[in-house]
Amino acid sequence: MEYFLIVISAIFINNIVLSQFLGICPFLGVSKKISTAAGMGIAVTFVLVISVIVTYALQTWVLNPLGLGYLQTILFILVIAGLVQMLETVLKKVSPALYQALGIFLPLITTNCCILGVSILVSNGNYPTQGLEPSLLVGVLYAFATAAGFTMALIIFAGIREQLDTVKIPEPMRGMSIALITAGLLAMAFMGFSGVDHGIASALGH
Amino acid sequence: MKYFKTITDGIFKGNPTFVLLLGMCPTLATTSSAMNGLGMGVATMFVLICSNAFISLLKNLIPDGVRIPCYIVVIASFVTILQMLIQAYLPELYRTLGIFIPLIVVNCIILGRAEAFAAKNNVLASLCDGLGTGLGFTLALTLLGMIREFFGKGTFFGTEILPSSCNMLLFVLAPGAFITLGLLIAVVNSIRKNQA
Repeated sequence: MEYFLIVISAIFINNIVLSQFLGICPFLGVSKKISTAAGMGIAVTFVLVISVIVTYALQTWVLNPLGLGYLQTILFILVIAGLVQMLETVLKKVSPALYQALGIFLPLITTNCCILGVSILVSNGNYPTQGLEPSLLVGVLYAFATAAGFTMALIIFAGIREQLDTVKIPEPMRGMSIALITAGLLAMAFMGFSGVDHGIASALGH
Repeated sequence: MKYFKTITDGIFKGNPTFVLLLGMCPTLATTSSAMNGLGMGVATMFVLICSNAFISLLKNLIPDGVRIPCYIVVIASFVTILQMLIQAYLPELYRTLGIFIPLIVVNCIILGRAEAFAAKNNVLASLCDGLGTGLGFTLALTLLGMIREFFGKGTFFGTEILPSSCNMLLFVLAPGAFITLGLLIAVVNSIRKNQA
């Protein structure tokens, strides 16, 4: 039950892009076409889940026992950069088809703040766990749901932007300006989900 | 004079937020009030100046093939120093900015300036570039924070101006961030077009 609530809340209520403001750069940058948006979403899901597992393990078994918590930022960003590089090499060898699809997005992911952000949040146990003890399983589930929320927001946004191309927009508002306002309206729509988690919880007798 | 131009270029012609459209995450997330925007801007400026100067100093020592990881380590070190300083002396700001302090590492403005400017210019010029870009970023964030705070809470840097019945809460919430920045960029675009 709590697991279900974590997923619902990460995808709809506390959407990583539209209410947490993480991963805005790819959200605005690669959302011109639905197909590229879907590719980016899958690549982020892939990297985010793996990097959360690796950084959680490092935090629990290396940084915490040695009292090196202050090295978190430096270590995590290096791990993520290395991980992305490694994934790229492995994918190229093992699955050329997947590499073709994700290849161009992978290098961009290093500077995607939702990867580092979610890794830090999960390692510090600083995320909505709906009353569960923070653990690796809960963290990975949260990371996966977050990435799913990112992918969904990205695809919806790309769909709207494809339609925007056919509309006549006032000159100064073209490009980023209208994209941001569209994102604002989308965020407003997502605000409608707030409180849904309490509704589900009480409907199921929690 | 040349250095002065480097500084003003960062503030106006190459403003990181309104013209280059970089570093959107902290811009949107930390501007729910003018004070938070200012705090985030100054924090980013500190890292930007230090990393620009340091990378410019080391530019002949860093091998070309691994320069990006080297830059990231330099930037991450300054971010860690900054994080400790804020935690120690400004615990209030530390709580509000939260996760966005370590995330200064992945702010594309900093890596962008390191790659585009500090790696090619001397230390003094890089310092000025860091200062100018940092000021431009701070200015943009403070302006955005001021507008959102004024319409959302009716206050100016915490001083009440409008009665609370006139507040539009939407501006301090997530959608308000997107819409305000979108409109500001449109205004800047039309000003630049008229100048050209």
